Amino acid sequence: MSDIEQVPVTLTVNGKKVQRFVEPRTLLIHFLREELNLTGPHIGCETSHCGVCTVELNGMSVKSCTMFAAQANGAEITTIEGMANEDGTLSALQEGFRQMHGLQCGFCTPGMIMRAHVLLKENPDPTEQEIRMGISGNLCRCTGYQNIVKAIQYAAAKLQGRDFQEAAE
Amino acid sequence: MIPGEFTYHRPSTVAEAVAILASHGDEARPLAGGHSIIPMMKLRMAAPEHLIDLSGVADLKGIREEGGAIVIGAMTTQHELIASDLLASKLPIIRETSLLIADPQIRYLGTIGGNVANGDPGNDMPALMQCLNASYKVVGPNGEREIAARDFYEAAYFTALAPEELVTAVVIPVPPAGHGFAYEKLKRKVGDYATAAAAVVLTMSGGSVSSCSVALTNVGDTPLYAAEACDILTGSTLDADTVNRAVAAAEAITRPASDGRGPAEYRTKMAGVMLRRALARAAERANG
Repeated sequence: MSDIEQVPVTLTVNGKKVQRFVEPRTLLIHFLREELNLTGPHIGCETSHCGVCTVELNGMSVKSCTMFAAQANGAEITTIEGMANEDGTLSALQEGFRQMHGLQCGFCTPGMIMRAHVLLKENPDPTEQEIRMGISGNLCRCTGYQNIVKAIQYAAAKLQGRDFQEAAE
Repeated sequence: MIPGEFTYHRPSTVAEAVAILASHGDEARPLAGGHSIIPMMKLRMAAPEHLIDLSGVADLKGIREEGGAIVIGAMTTQHELIASDLLASKLPIIRETSLLIADPQIRYLGTIGGNVANGDPGNDMPALMQCLNASYKVVGPNGEREIAARDFYEAAYFTALAPEELVTAVVIPVPPAGHGFAYEKLKRKVGDYATAAAAVVLTMSGGSVSSCSVALTNVGDTPLYAAEACDILTGSTLDADTVNRAVAAAEAITRPASDGRGPAEYRTKMAGVMLRRALARAAERANG
């Protein structure tokens, strides 16, 4: 065991309060995956380029691989595991990714959805260009992004009570 | 990748943060947005024994007008810079530049203080601060001092900041209403550091340039204030011959590395191209 003093961390994750002592060097992504068994947030590049570890933290999108759990003390966090509707049905974004084929291998999807979730909170009716810039911190190596953009457009339309008329590519 | 061990500190005042810095010397590092130091720690290129998380220091937050200057707290994030109405009306070049830094997730956490104090020549804010003739408020064990951005950078990651000092705010003189501005950045992809970038702020009167300021990003081991180019441009009508001479003067002070962003000669030429574009766009935006 290390001599370094552990620090207390209290978080609200997907509506549930959790409290642990952690080593200061524990990254938020490791805390979520290994302490809380929330394996939806993925580990990709580990250097803040790829965005697969993106979670919502106090209304912001953050890359949880580039933040210490201690820095998040007191925060409210939502991961992909907290995205479904209360009755277990898919949220508008999840439905959009399904309907528009916004994923192939699926590795980037939790990060994409968590990023799009905050993007739509800040800008409920984004243009295509705003969506593309809004997800510029998330890499996808399968889809070419076309259907991811459409998935987000689908969700934006649905959340505003409109039908999304376009088909997936 | 897991960083080395460190002791975590979370002070709530500047004085407390400086006291921790002073007692641990260069074994301690401040932690702002963390998007430079945490990757460095994971790669074991940095291994501070003490990290001082500044996010609990309320005095380091916020954007306000004081006299003829805008004062931005060091822990103000790029996301907050982009959202600020005060900056949009007085210093719109800050928003334009901030939108070209990294990506949305990083801008929620990345701070102006971290960007200017880290000394990374790839960062965009240092050249912009030189262009705007900003200065940095710095607090150390012996009190506060102000360092001009144009005097702050010594070499890559070496600055005028002592290990026990903290940048607490950036002070920017408000440019005259109707000034023209542009930040032009060439990058390989969204989120990349600049291959070359140029910041321009100018004022025009009767079709000629009454004042002009130019600085360059990532074409040397520090940001570069292009004093000679400014002198050449001031008083001119931005005619082709003058612009050519100013661009040549700016290119002459660059010392870029040859790396993944291209050979040095290319990056020097791209600094010239960015300057041309920034001048044209700034002139178009200027009143008078």
